[in-house]
Amino acid sequence: MPADAVPTSPAPPPAGPRRPASASAPASASVPSSAPVTVTGWGRTAPSAARLFRPRTYEEAAAAVRACGAHGARGGIARGLGRAYGDAAQNAGGAVLDMTGLDRVHAIDADGGTVLCDAGVSLHRLMEVLLPLGWFVPVTPGTRQVTVGGAIAADIHGKNHHVSGSFARHVLSLELLTADGGIRTVVPGTPLFDATAGGMGLTGVILTATVRLLPVETSWMSVDTERARDLDDLLARLTATDRYYRYSVAWIDLLARGAATGRAVLTRGDHAPLDALEALPRRNGQRPSPRTGAAASPGTPPSGSLWTPPSGSPWRASTRVRAGRSSFGEAFRFRRDMLASPLEFRTPSLPAAPSFVPDGLLGRTAMGLFNEFWYRRAPRARTDELQRLSTFFHPLDGVPHWNRIYGRSGFVQYQFVVGHGREEALRRIVDRISARRCPSFLAVLKRFGEGDPGWLSFPMPGWTLALDIPASLPGLGAFLDSLDEEVAAAGGRVYLAKDARLRPELLASMYPRLPEFRALRGELDPGGVFVSDLARRLGL
Amino acid sequence: MKDAFGTPQSLLILGGTSDIALATARRLIARRTRTVWLAGRPSQALENAATHLRGLGAETHTITFDALDPDSHEAVLGKVFAEGDIDMVLLAFGVLGDQANDERDPVSAARVAQTNYTGAVSSALVCARALQAQGHGSLVVLSSVAAERARRSNFIYGSSKAGLDTFTQGLGDALHGTGAHVMLVRPGFVRTSMTAGRPESPFATTPEAVAVAIELGLRRRSETVWVPGSLRLVMAALRHVPRAVFRRLPL
Repeated sequence: MPADAVPTSPAPPPAGPRRPASASAPASASVPSSAPVTVTGWGRTAPSAARLFRPRTYEEAAAAVRACGAHGARGGIARGLGRAYGDAAQNAGGAVLDMTGLDRVHAIDADGGTVLCDAGVSLHRLMEVLLPLGWFVPVTPGTRQVTVGGAIAADIHGKNHHVSGSFARHVLSLELLTADGGIRTVVPGTPLFDATAGGMGLTGVILTATVRLLPVETSWMSVDTERARDLDDLLARLTATDRYYRYSVAWIDLLARGAATGRAVLTRGDHAPLDALEALPRRNGQRPSPRTGAAASPGTPPSGSLWTPPSGSPWRASTRVRAGRSSFGEAFRFRRDMLASPLEFRTPSLPAAPSFVPDGLLGRTAMGLFNEFWYRRAPRARTDELQRLSTFFHPLDGVPHWNRIYGRSGFVQYQFVVGHGREEALRRIVDRISARRCPSFLAVLKRFGEGDPGWLSFPMPGWTLALDIPASLPGLGAFLDSLDEEVAAAGGRVYLAKDARLRPELLASMYPRLPEFRALRGELDPGGVFVSDLARRLGL
Repeated sequence: MKDAFGTPQSLLILGGTSDIALATARRLIARRTRTVWLAGRPSQALENAATHLRGLGAETHTITFDALDPDSHEAVLGKVFAEGDIDMVLLAFGVLGDQANDERDPVSAARVAQTNYTGAVSSALVCARALQAQGHGSLVVLSSVAAERARRSNFIYGSSKAGLDTFTQGLGDALHGTGAHVMLVRPGFVRTSMTAGRPESPFATTPEAVAVAIELGLRRRSETVWVPGSLRLVMAALRHVPRAVFRRLPL
């Protein structure tokens, strides 16, 4: 099968924030900029200074890696769009390879559903290119502003982990620039692949990747929303019905206390099939005719997808669709626009967050009010609402530099997973967070599926909770340390791509394959060419 | 490396027997600090301090360091940085002197100035360069409220701290944007072995309180920290009191 038309010219920059907020080095430098620049992660904590390389070709990247290994240099690490929350893409006193200059989409197999692209291509760019062809990225996190290389290095997961696994599971092969300056082709099932998937960039610089795609009929999501009144209710609902949805996530109100502890809003859904758009009411108040026959169910995943819903399930059987419009004219136009370009990819954008925000703006009162509003705003139950992709997956991408709202001290994101059967640990942690009144409005609970083969991959079957907390909160460090103890005791782990503060002693028990990772790194990179602040802090 | 809250994993203390420094080390060891270097003149007190910190679970080393011998600073401190990254340097050495005696004995007055200012300038510059090469790390310098305005009762000590204070401010500006962070700490009267037996000034505080303020300053990446914090306002007012009045104040 010949590869399809190839947009080989460098892709235009995607909309939205493109450069990491604090890395303001000259963009064109392929040699290290002489003056180091201060680099932070998305959480804006623990800044450190590094020289920035921005390779434009693979040769420049190889030259940069060789320079990182030179005598007296303090190594290097690849960096994408800087969305790792902690210090994974910083390298104090050394070099940081900004990979966003390598952003070509080389080949799309529009029949087979694969794409070959540079590691610096963002998921945003991939969506722009792929959606019109009827394909979607297999896994997307809460932001489109991550690169393919970063997605593999952190082995990211999305709302579909319970059915699709993490990103690296959809990678067919990748090219890795290793410490010796050579380029290796790495395929799944090999130790090097498993060390690289989730390896936080410490095995080498990913140059290109071939990724298997997901077929879609429209760029719309069909979404079911429901409320859960407390944590038990939430866990029960997720356990009972998660398998009917490709995408599933719960926003959880961690400031709610007492009987409402752990109350949540579940949003779940799948890519809307074309006939879901056709089924929109033609005029105000008119209900679409009920669909008959399971064969014509609009929810049947398109062929070629990795997962099919359990047979006999109520999965997407309903066809009632709300367009959220009332007047006749609006409803008509809305339907017409959607049908005219069902695969159009639109990403609304709000003004960027201001560059200065005082610490402590988002305190308990503000967050509590927000959470109350957010919970009440959600319908008790609503099915088959059509939402844009960006609304469903990436609501925060609409606000450039939203990380600034936490002020100068920045914020930490705490994400952990505990296995099935460890619900009591999860419950205890949620209780403790609620009792402590940690101001957090981005708390998300998900049910993970099968674990992934990456040695340092984060997901494992069980429950994962992620929350943002302002770093200026007094006593937060000690509090999170004590949560780590609970997580480790329950056999769980915290997510390295988000970590900025884990106690190094706990790492080995959280990641049992760490010794293998260290051994492989020692063999592949004896001189320690690839190193990051994260690696130094945790002794990876 | 420092964590998200600015807590260091490795700490170098210049003036390893300082009460404030040891209180700070104890506090940081309870959090993340695992390696501590105690620099000072070899003494039983230095060894005791090291044993004490070791007991708290930190890998502790002692090194011979003499503030009065600037020629040796580069070699001595360079060895520490060659062993591995230092996330925080706490410059805590200093002598109070004996004002009445020092006024009569210029040589001992000069020794106060040499220790508190000259020795600090030389060692701080060595550390600053190393932190800059590392691309990260904090240099925390213990100044004093005495640096803010000359007082009849301790102007020799005060003037040496004033020099150090001004030097540190400039150094902080010089290192801005290099990844290294310079923090100036201005405690008021601290009840330590250095001030034992002296009449207490108002707003007296403890080494533990200074340690708390240092930890908070690290988290906020502050440039100046007053201990207690209210001294910032008090000194802002005192700075503008006319000298004829200031002279008569019971300070």
